[in-house]
Amino acid sequence: MSFLNRFFISRSGPIATGVVVGVLAPVLVRLGNPGNMGVCVACFGRDIAGALGLHRAGVVQYIRPEIIGFVLGSLVAALIFREFKPRTGSAPLVRFLLGIFAMIGALVFLGCPWRAYLRLSGGDWNALVGLVGLVGGIGLGILFLRMGFSLGRNRPAPQAFGWAMPLIMIALLLLLVFAPQFGRDADGNPTGPIFFSAKGPGSQHAPVVISLAVGLLIGFLAQRTRFCTVGAFRDLILLRDAHLFNGILALLVAAFVVNLILGQFTPGFENQPVAHTNVLWNFGGMLLAGLAFTLAGGCPGRQLFLSGEGDGDAAVFVLGMIVGAALSHNFNAASSPAGPALFGPAAVIVGLIVCVAIGLAMREPRRA
Amino acid sequence: MSDITTIDARGLSCPEPALKAKQAIRRLTGGTVEVLVDAGTASDNVSRIAQQTGWRVAVETLPDGGLKLVLTK
Repeated sequence: MSFLNRFFISRSGPIATGVVVGVLAPVLVRLGNPGNMGVCVACFGRDIAGALGLHRAGVVQYIRPEIIGFVLGSLVAALIFREFKPRTGSAPLVRFLLGIFAMIGALVFLGCPWRAYLRLSGGDWNALVGLVGLVGGIGLGILFLRMGFSLGRNRPAPQAFGWAMPLIMIALLLLLVFAPQFGRDADGNPTGPIFFSAKGPGSQHAPVVISLAVGLLIGFLAQRTRFCTVGAFRDLILLRDAHLFNGILALLVAAFVVNLILGQFTPGFENQPVAHTNVLWNFGGMLLAGLAFTLAGGCPGRQLFLSGEGDGDAAVFVLGMIVGAALSHNFNAASSPAGPALFGPAAVIVGLIVCVAIGLAMREPRRA
Repeated sequence: MSDITTIDARGLSCPEPALKAKQAIRRLTGGTVEVLVDAGTASDNVSRIAQQTGWRVAVETLPDGGLKLVLTK
């Protein structure tokens, strides 16, 4: 076990995780997931929000097993390696807001940082614009960190508290399997509270068992290796530390090779799957997302992994993302392949104002 | 005057523990810096940042389950 642990925390750990993600994500696309969306925490969170009826965009409703696997895989790793430490109390309300705006930004771009890398590896050059925005947002977050930004300290919480998020994930798994239909529509057909898309990206998915298994594996590895798609650039710029960045390079190379092998590499800007070509708002959406993720301490995947090891604040961020997805669609702010939605730009501007205010305002309180 | 610098990074989110440690050791040419952490990630990150700049790292487990990283150079 100690050999394994040494491997996981060594330079090779994030690289191994990057390779696993880079290989399995295109395979999930091959098995049914939407194009360049083997794994996307934002898109999958949005699908879950839709499946729960929090928004009613009919083409993006599905309970994605990968997300459930991320949390439960991390839980298993944390239990085995004694890192299951329930904790909370580090500005949960602010983290909830950051989760909302991170999701709003990601859905203007149409993908979280994970998908930005996967889109790039599939030849979607619009992702380059998004990644420039992401790095800009991370840079802005670093500026605030250098100025003393902090969401404050968490405190240990009772053991039972740490099980809340894993149990929520198990509840989601049960809802996926049983898909209860308690309501009746105008024609008397069964409907809700769980909604699954009949067409569009929400209807495209790999078999449940495979998606769940991939999620569990990635969750396990990422918990051990601290894999983070935002921390990669943050640590490179702020700490001159390429430990996590090497994992992203590995992901990009592995996904590119597997996409080539599977015939899924289609270079260009136009007609890319679940993507639009608007340069300004591909940039702007990810600028907002990068800032919000940096202020919250990590990418959306990392927030799921942390919630699996008992971090209640990361769990609140994740719930903020789910709510953000619902708000994004209900306020007509989420982009579509046709381009940004009518209120997408306004939502990004509001989000940037709120996140900059949080970056300037939040400091660790002085101790008495 | 004590020549041991102590940083309490318990309960802080990434990257604050590593950032605080880096800011502290950057001001020093040598000596001892103690960093208190309570998460494996913070311990890994602080240790790696310190070792990259030639500091030795010893890890002590505290009675409350937290960790004290003793950085020396």
